[in-house]
Amino acid sequence: MSCLRLAILLIVAFWSVPAAAQDVSELIRQLGESDPKPAIEALAKQDDPKAKAALEALAKGLLFRRLEDGAVVIGDPDGKMFAITNAETGDVEDMLEPDKIEVIALDAAAKGLLEQAGIGGAKAAVPLDFAGAVKGLNADSFDTKRTAIDQLTALGDGRAIPVLQALADGRLFSRKSDGLIVIGDPDGNRLRLTDASTLKVVGIGDAGDLDPVFINNNLRNVVSEAVGKLGLLSPDAGQRRRAADALIGNATPDAVGLLRKAFAEERNGDVRSAMALAIASAEVAAEDKGARLAAVDVLAGSTDLRVRSLLQARLAAETDPNVRAAVQIAFDSVQRKLQVIGWAANLFQGISLGSVLLLAAIGLAITFGVMGVINMAHGEMIMLGAYTTYVTQEVFRAFIPQAYFDLYLLCAVPAGFAVAALAGIALERGVIRFLYGRALETLLATWGISLILQQLVRTVFGAPNKEVSNPSWMTGGFDLVGGFTVTWNRLVIILFCFLVLGAIALILRRTSFGLHMRAVTQNRDMAAAMGIPTARIDAMTFGLGSGVAGMAGVALSQIGNVSPNLGQIYIVDSFLVVVFGGVGSLAGTLVGAMSLGIVNKLLEPVAGAVLGKVAILVAIILFIQRRPRGLFALKGRAADA
Amino acid sequence: MHSPITLAKTLALGAGLGALMWSAAASAQAPIKVGVLHSLSGTMAISETTLKDTVLMMVDDINKKGGLLGRKVEAVVVDPASNWPLFAEKARELITKEKVSVVFGCWTSVSRKSVLPVFEELNGLLFYPVQYEGEESSKNVFYTGAAPNQQAIPAVEYLMSAEGGAAKRWVLAGTDYVYPRTTNKILEAFLKSKGVPAEDIMINYTPFGHSDWQTIVADIKKFASAGKKTAVVSTINGDANVPFYKELANAGISAKDIPVVAFSVGEEELAGIDTKNLVGHLAAWNYFQSVKNPVNDGFIKQWKTFIKSDKRVTNDPMEATYIGFKMWAQAVMQAGTADVDAVRQAMYGQKVKAPGGFNSVMNTNHHLSKPVYIGEIRPDGQFNVVWKTKGPVKADAWSKFIPESAKLTADWTYPWVCGNCEKPKFGKYE
Repeated sequence: MSCLRLAILLIVAFWSVPAAAQDVSELIRQLGESDPKPAIEALAKQDDPKAKAALEALAKGLLFRRLEDGAVVIGDPDGKMFAITNAETGDVEDMLEPDKIEVIALDAAAKGLLEQAGIGGAKAAVPLDFAGAVKGLNADSFDTKRTAIDQLTALGDGRAIPVLQALADGRLFSRKSDGLIVIGDPDGNRLRLTDASTLKVVGIGDAGDLDPVFINNNLRNVVSEAVGKLGLLSPDAGQRRRAADALIGNATPDAVGLLRKAFAEERNGDVRSAMALAIASAEVAAEDKGARLAAVDVLAGSTDLRVRSLLQARLAAETDPNVRAAVQIAFDSVQRKLQVIGWAANLFQGISLGSVLLLAAIGLAITFGVMGVINMAHGEMIMLGAYTTYVTQEVFRAFIPQAYFDLYLLCAVPAGFAVAALAGIALERGVIRFLYGRALETLLATWGISLILQQLVRTVFGAPNKEVSNPSWMTGGFDLVGGFTVTWNRLVIILFCFLVLGAIALILRRTSFGLHMRAVTQNRDMAAAMGIPTARIDAMTFGLGSGVAGMAGVALSQIGNVSPNLGQIYIVDSFLVVVFGGVGSLAGTLVGAMSLGIVNKLLEPVAGAVLGKVAILVAIILFIQRRPRGLFALKGRAADA
Repeated sequence: MHSPITLAKTLALGAGLGALMWSAAASAQAPIKVGVLHSLSGTMAISETTLKDTVLMMVDDINKKGGLLGRKVEAVVVDPASNWPLFAEKARELITKEKVSVVFGCWTSVSRKSVLPVFEELNGLLFYPVQYEGEESSKNVFYTGAAPNQQAIPAVEYLMSAEGGAAKRWVLAGTDYVYPRTTNKILEAFLKSKGVPAEDIMINYTPFGHSDWQTIVADIKKFASAGKKTAVVSTINGDANVPFYKELANAGISAKDIPVVAFSVGEEELAGIDTKNLVGHLAAWNYFQSVKNPVNDGFIKQWKTFIKSDKRVTNDPMEATYIGFKMWAQAVMQAGTADVDAVRQAMYGQKVKAPGGFNSVMNTNHHLSKPVYIGEIRPDGQFNVVWKTKGPVKADAWSKFIPESAKLTADWTYPWVCGNCEKPKFGKYE
């Protein structure tokens, strides 16, 4: 139908005889009058696209009178509405509900007239061979593509598998020069092209010469179902496992047959248990009571979320009391296990959030905790680190071979540290050193600097977010146990955060710089009298704190946005962690970050993300009222200084 | 005999006439001022800066073609800095101090709500170019973005259809503010009217800029494991999207298993995202850069030339700004003046050939008729249209699916002359 409309539009656009136009328009308007026959006769004689379109619509029962203004329109059904083309002018107008238009009815005589005029065309032939079906994959409508896929599957031709797989992976193209459907496999920076209908290599091409064959999610599912069943017999164990896994809870009878056959031949333990589970998930609804009981037994050992809903559904449907009891026991056991896994997952997520908070706060623990400087530009140091990551990535993309791209993140860590540390030192030397001991002025000055830095980055890099991609070793995750996925980037960040914390603790406790730093912050005058260059130590300490914030930025660029506002998201949380943990204590920062992270994640499923955050804030305010110095308060003279 | 006084009078008269003529000539030369009220700093700068550039592009274009009514058009750009109360202040400044004839501006609904009283009090004219929650029709605002029935409802209908995967369970995930809350209220009512039971709808709100999605993604996974096909309808605001999609991909959820259809993710947002995690997820808009037609080709070329970069993309709110500006200019030409009341009258029925396809028409409820597209994210950050309406859909200012708003009509012409009335209120003077 949309072809019809397109044809109308195109033809009308090229049509250029305005004098005749009025005649035809007038005739078309007369189609809407009580007796359309004279108009039909007159229009049939016209060699005019609008006349043809109107008559064809009339023959199909798609010509309407618009109730609002009486205009004669062509209505093309689109869901519950009709897409409207004004038959008199050829313009596409607003879509309408069916009750806003009235179909122009025809009597037998009028129908005869239309038939005489030869209105109504032949349908296009349906392709039936393999090559024809492959061509059909590149059709305009998804319905035709679906038909082509079904044909390919039905033909039972082995050649269909690589073609369908390529379609699902987005590797199927239509060559711009001749419309040939080809499979493109990466070959260096270019693509090796295989003719999809013969599976013969036809040459090398560039992505620019090819139009991808598009599909949608529904078709992807159709294809993967077809390919997936065949995957059970794949030589690759991982693929067999995935294929079996996909069949849990939705195996069709013929898939079960295939599963049994594959199961009998399977040697790999992992794949066997996945297949057993898939078979059991189908058997649980079997006719035979014994088979049902055996299946329930297998399912009881699973921790798959799908199995739980399967058992729950079975519990409602089961009529036999014995099986019902067994299902109940199995369901309880799965439920218990899932609950434990749920708590473990929450704990992991809490530690992961805690490590992000900790990373953001460690730098602040030094500048605010140790030096006592309220640095509102701390978040912008994080942002500088994230932008350094972006720049490093772009440099790698431009100058370093693709194979080493994944290493860019490792280079970004020292780079991020250096950039933020230099910015921090400049900030300390340029502004903060004049303001020591004047907390309010420091706060205002650094707040201003944070705004300047944001706008600076916005001017240099532009307002939109920058794309920082995860290296391949930080993408994806692994399924620890049913429904509990540990993602690599979270795991790496947890490890990285502890590394940084350990390094800071070492610097503070084991190096002379750390000793000087502690001496200066505990008693500046005495330290100066002992010959420690206090001004230099101040700058270095501030640089260290800022540099650590920069490294945090490198890590945070892997899980969030890189935008000029990046820092603002973390500044409040960082201060919360440091104040809650106890100013001046690294251990306090660690415990503070972790407990905030975990409590937040335990609250979130119960209270929701928004309320959870509010509850945490209230709890911290109450806590600070009770213990103004935080969890790990420094004791003794240093604390009173 | 001439008295010196008459002479002086004549001279004065002459001088006066001269001055009058000079000032008339000057006013013919004085530019028509156009206000641009988009954030150029702060959180929203990421999205709004582009719209400022789009207005500047249109102003530049119209001046090259000889201006409007023989006068130059001059853009007055102010920066409300993503600060909602500042929007109201700057709007007042534009209307009273700069005396602009029209303002193009605002992105978030909260900023629009903040300037609304100012425009109504001072009888200004605002063109608002972003998709929003509807349930509003002000005499002083023309809404050129989508209302829910032009974006949210068709998207959900698509996911319900066999072609879209026949989803039966729904996660409505949004950022916690007025647009997602109202949209989800409409969607919930719509889903229930389609017979979806309450336990198959999960609604979830997160704060602005939410970055830790682990729990919610795990919840979605759990919710989807019930055996029925599940889809996520996302009204998550710009910045929180990147970590959300990353978490989804890392948790092993692909668009094939659980498709996410987003209403706030467009070409501009994707330009800052590593798209490999997003391929196959969906977005619903009234315009995609990948839509093929001559008007769109011209629009894209005009934008790339103006911004002097081949890499910059076009998106739906930019198209809405383009349509709004063209309609306003046409209305000014038709009215022969830039006066707000005359232009408003000339706006109704104003047609513009839209880059999104078809003619966009301004209706008497101050909203547009536009086609609806559903696009799938491609690896290159563009969209591949997988579904579209066959013609433009007229916007409902008031949703049919919320009982209290279904009764209301917005129509600013006779006999209604009202943005939210149950029936026309006729005056009687006897």
